[in-house]
Amino acid sequence: MTATLMSFDEAMATFDPVLGLEVHVELNTASKMFCGCPTEFGAEPNTQVCPVCLGLPGAMPVVNAKAVESAIRIGLALNCDIAEWCRFARKNYFYPDMPKNFQTSQYDEPIAFDGWTEVSVDTADGGTEVFRVEIERAHMEEDTGKSLHVGGATGRIHGADHSLVDYNRAGIPLIEIVTKPITGTGDRAPEVARAYVAHLRELLLALGVSDVRMEQGSLRCDVNLSLRPSPEAPLGTRTETKNVNSFRSVERAVRYEIGRQAALLADGGSVVQETRHWHEDTGITTAGREKSDAEDYRYFPEPDLVPVAPSRTWVDELRGTLPEAPREHRARLQKEWGFSDLEMRDTVGAGALTLVEQTVAAGAAPQAARKWWLSDMARRANEQGVDLVELPVTPADVARVQELVDEGRINDKLARQVFDGVLAGEGTPDQVVAARGLEVVSDDGALSAAVDNAIAANPDVADKIRDGKVAAAGALIGAVMKEMRGQADAGRVRELILEKLT
Amino acid sequence: MTDLTRRTAADLADALASGETSSVELTQAHLDRITAVDGAVRAFLHVDAEGALEQARAADERRAAGTPASGLDGVPIAVKDVLTTKGLPTTCGSRILEGWMPPYDATAVAKLRTAGLPILGKTNMDEFAMGSSTEHSAYGPTHNPWDLDRIPGGSGGGSAAAVAAFEAPLALGTDTGGSIRQPGAVTGTVGVKPTYGGVSRYGLVALANSLDQVGPVTRTVLDSALLHEVVGGHDPRDSTSLDQPVPALVDAARQGASGDMTGVRIGVVKELTGEGYQAGVQARFDETVQLLVEAGAEVVEVSCPTFVHALATYYLILPAEASSNLAKFDAMRYGLRVYPDGIDAPSAEEVMRATRDKGFGDEVKRRIILGTYALSSGYYDAYYGQAQKVRTLISRDFAAAFEKADVLVSPTAPTTAFKLGEKLDDPVAMYLNDLATIPANLAGVPGISVPSGLAEEDGLPTGFQVLAPALGDDRVYRVGAAAEALLTERWGGPLLDRAPDLAAKEAVR
Repeated sequence: MTATLMSFDEAMATFDPVLGLEVHVELNTASKMFCGCPTEFGAEPNTQVCPVCLGLPGAMPVVNAKAVESAIRIGLALNCDIAEWCRFARKNYFYPDMPKNFQTSQYDEPIAFDGWTEVSVDTADGGTEVFRVEIERAHMEEDTGKSLHVGGATGRIHGADHSLVDYNRAGIPLIEIVTKPITGTGDRAPEVARAYVAHLRELLLALGVSDVRMEQGSLRCDVNLSLRPSPEAPLGTRTETKNVNSFRSVERAVRYEIGRQAALLADGGSVVQETRHWHEDTGITTAGREKSDAEDYRYFPEPDLVPVAPSRTWVDELRGTLPEAPREHRARLQKEWGFSDLEMRDTVGAGALTLVEQTVAAGAAPQAARKWWLSDMARRANEQGVDLVELPVTPADVARVQELVDEGRINDKLARQVFDGVLAGEGTPDQVVAARGLEVVSDDGALSAAVDNAIAANPDVADKIRDGKVAAAGALIGAVMKEMRGQADAGRVRELILEKLT
Repeated sequence: MTDLTRRTAADLADALASGETSSVELTQAHLDRITAVDGAVRAFLHVDAEGALEQARAADERRAAGTPASGLDGVPIAVKDVLTTKGLPTTCGSRILEGWMPPYDATAVAKLRTAGLPILGKTNMDEFAMGSSTEHSAYGPTHNPWDLDRIPGGSGGGSAAAVAAFEAPLALGTDTGGSIRQPGAVTGTVGVKPTYGGVSRYGLVALANSLDQVGPVTRTVLDSALLHEVVGGHDPRDSTSLDQPVPALVDAARQGASGDMTGVRIGVVKELTGEGYQAGVQARFDETVQLLVEAGAEVVEVSCPTFVHALATYYLILPAEASSNLAKFDAMRYGLRVYPDGIDAPSAEEVMRATRDKGFGDEVKRRIILGTYALSSGYYDAYYGQAQKVRTLISRDFAAAFEKADVLVSPTAPTTAFKLGEKLDDPVAMYLNDLATIPANLAGVPGISVPSGLAEEDGLPTGFQVLAPALGDDRVYRVGAAAEALLTERWGGPLLDRAPDLAAKEAVR
C-alpha cells in the first residue's frame, strides 16, 4: 500500500509541479438549491427532505435565486466573467446517495468563468511572495446525500455489512470553483495550494455566502497534481486527490503526491490518471477509481429548468455589494483595532484575521480577541495539528468567554478550563461553566473560611502582612486559590486578607 | 336522456347547478358503469369508489351551501396513472412502481381537488407512457370500446377508453408525442395537448420533460375547454410553466360551435396527408376540411419539409431524456425491490440491476438503451445534439406555416385502431402511429383531436387534428368546436352514439 517516495528537495530538483484545485463550497442559503427544504447542519437524518430533493417521481426543481446571487458574487470576487445565459445540466451516474441518479450541475455553460485571484506566501526573509491563480470556472450544483457505511472497520463501503443514507444534505447548494493549471510555483507548490484554499475561505467569509465550516464539510477540496521534467515540457499525467479537507492536509497532500509521482517517474514508470483517497491519519494517498474514457456522465441540458440569464443591471448591482479588497480591508481593521504592525502581521500570519474580526463583531475587545486566538487557541491548534479555523470553537464562543471574564464571573485560568470544555464538545461556554461549576466564588462566607485557613497555615506570612508588608499577601492569595481550586475571586480574597490582618 | 353517464360534463354541471341531480348520484352512476363494463374494457388500474363518493358528498354540501368550488364542482373525473395522487397508487403502468403511494398530489390533480371534481380512479397506460396502444402496460392492455379486440391507442388508452365507454365524463391524459390525441382519434373522443407550459407538469412522472404536457380527454370540445380552464395556468413549482393567463377557452369553444368559420385560414400540411394514411382516414379528413370551407374557412396548402424528420428527431430526444428520468427507479427509496438470485448479501448495485431488469418492460429497456447511447460521449453531437438542431428547424417550419394560416390541420393518426398484438413485434410500425402528432410536441404548440367519422373500410373512428401557434390554444378550441358542430349535425348526433352497447355485450358474456 505504501508507495516509494522521493524526498521533496530531490523531487523539486528533478521536476516542475503543476497544481490544480477544485473546491466545493456549500452555500449558506436558508433553503436548498432546487426546493424549499431547510439547510441546517446536524438535523436528525432525513428530516429536511421533500419530494424534490428526494427525487420522487414527478417532482420538479426550481432554482434558488439566492444561490444564483451568491454564485455571481463569488464569480465577481474572483474576477470572473458572468455568463449572460447559462443552463443547468444533468450529470448522470448511479449512486445510492444521489436520489435521482443524476446530479443537477452545470457543464459547458458555467455561471462564472475566466477569472483570477492572488495569494501570498511568506518568504524566508520575512516578506511575502504573491502568486496569481487563474480561475477556470465557478459553477452551481447540488450536493448529494450522505452514506454511512456500518459494520466495517474503516467506515468505508468496503467491508461494511450495510449502509444508511441521510438525504438532508441532498440538494444543498454547492459552488464548485476550479482553477486553471497553476504553474510557476516551483517548490512553493504545497504552500501555494494551502494559501489558495485559505484565501478562498477568507474571501467566501467576507462575501458572507458560506459558513465555510471545514470540519462540517462545507468546504471540500480536490487536489490535482502532475509533474513534468521542466516548465517548458507539456503537462504530465495528473492525479486527483479527493476530499482533502483542511489547509494543512492540502499542503501535505501536495507534498506527498510530489514525492510519490517523482519516485514513479524517476524510476521510469508512469503516473496513472486516477482519483486518489487522502488518508488524514497516515498522511498518504491511495489509488481510487481509475479515470478512463469509460467514465461518461452523459451530460445534457436539464429540461426541467429554464436557462439562468442574469441581467447586466443585476450583475452590476451585485458588483457593488462586494466586500473591500483584502489589502484595504486589513488596513481598515488595523486602524479600527489600534494594532501595531507587528500585532497585525502576527494575526494575519496565524490565519486569525477573520476569527479576530468575528470575535470583535461578537462583542469582544480587539486585544482580548487577539490574545485568545494567538496564544491559547494557536497553542491548542498546534497541539492538535489543525488550523485555527478547524478548532470546534466559534468566535462567538471566544467573545462570550471574554465577556464572562469581564463580568468577573470567571478568571483567565477558569476561562482556559471553559475552552477545554467547549473544545471537548460539552456545549456552549455558559453550559460548560454550569456543568463544571467553574464560576468564581466571591461569596464572603466561603472565602472567609478559606482565608482563615490560609492565615492559620502560614503564620509567618501573616505576621509579615501585619508588619505592613502588604506585598506578601500574594502568598496567602495563592494558598486560598489552591484550596478553592482556582475558583476564588482573587480581588475579594485580597481585600479579606487585608481586612483581617491590618 | 335518463342515463347520467351518457351526458356531457357541461350538461352534468348544469344538472348539478339546477339541483336535477347530485354529485353522489352521478358519481355512483359512473362507478356502477365501471363495474358493469370495465371488466371488458380495462380502462382503470385502480378505482377509488370510497374516495370518489366522499368527495362527491363534499361537493353536494358545497352546492347546498351555495358555495360550489367551481363550475365543474361534483363532476367526476378519471386520471391517467402517470400523475401523482396523494393516497392513491401511482404506477405509470410499470411493475417497478407497483404499490407506490405518492406522498403528494400533482399540481393538475391538486387543481381538480380544489375545483371539487371527485376522482374515480387511475387509468391504464403504456409503461411510463411509452407506446401507442396501451399494450405496453405491465398490467395488461386496455380494450377499445368500439371493438374489444382492438387497441384504444396510447399511451393514454385508459383515459380515452374510459371516456368513450361512458365510465367517466372527463379524464386527464398526458401527451408527449400524441398520447392524448391519438387515443382520442381511435376511440372517437376529444383530446387536447395544450401549449407546452400551459398546464403544470409538477407531479407528472416525466417521460420526456421537454415534450410532455398534461391535457383534457373528453367526449366534446366544450368539455375539454371546461377542464382545461380548471387545470391550466402558471405553477411556481414548474419552472417551465408559462406565466401567462389561460386564454378564454370555453368562450372560444362556444364561439366555434356556432359553426361560422368566416375569415379563418386553415392550412393543410402537405407532409401530414396522403401516402401512409389509410384511405378511410384520409376521406374523413378531406370531408371535414370541405365542411369547414362551406362554413366560410379559407384553405391553404402549406409545406413543412422538416416534418419528415420529426419521428427520427423525437426518437432521439425522447429516449435521451427518458433514460435519465428513469435512472431514479433503483429500489433504494421506493417501489419494487428485487434481490438477485444466487448472490449472498448483494451490493446496492446488484440490487439496482436485478430490480431494473425485473421491473422494466422491453419497450422501456429499449428506449433506455437508445437514450443512453444517444447521450454517450462521442455520439452526443451526432444524435442528441443534431436532433435538437432539427427540432429548431421544425419550430421554424411551424412559424412559417402560421404566417400563412391561422391553424394547421391533418388527420390525427394515420390509421384507425389496429388489432391487439398486431404491431407489438414491430416497434417502428408502432412508432409510425404518431407521425402526425409528434411535430406539435417538438415545437411546443397546442393541438386537438376531434372525431371526424368512421372509416368506410372498417367502421372505426378517425380523428381530425387542429394545431395552432404556441399560446393559441383558443384557436384549436374554436376550429375544433366548429368541426365538431358541423359533423355532429351531419351525423344527426354524437359519433359515440354509434358505438356498440358494451353493457348489453357484457350481459351476454
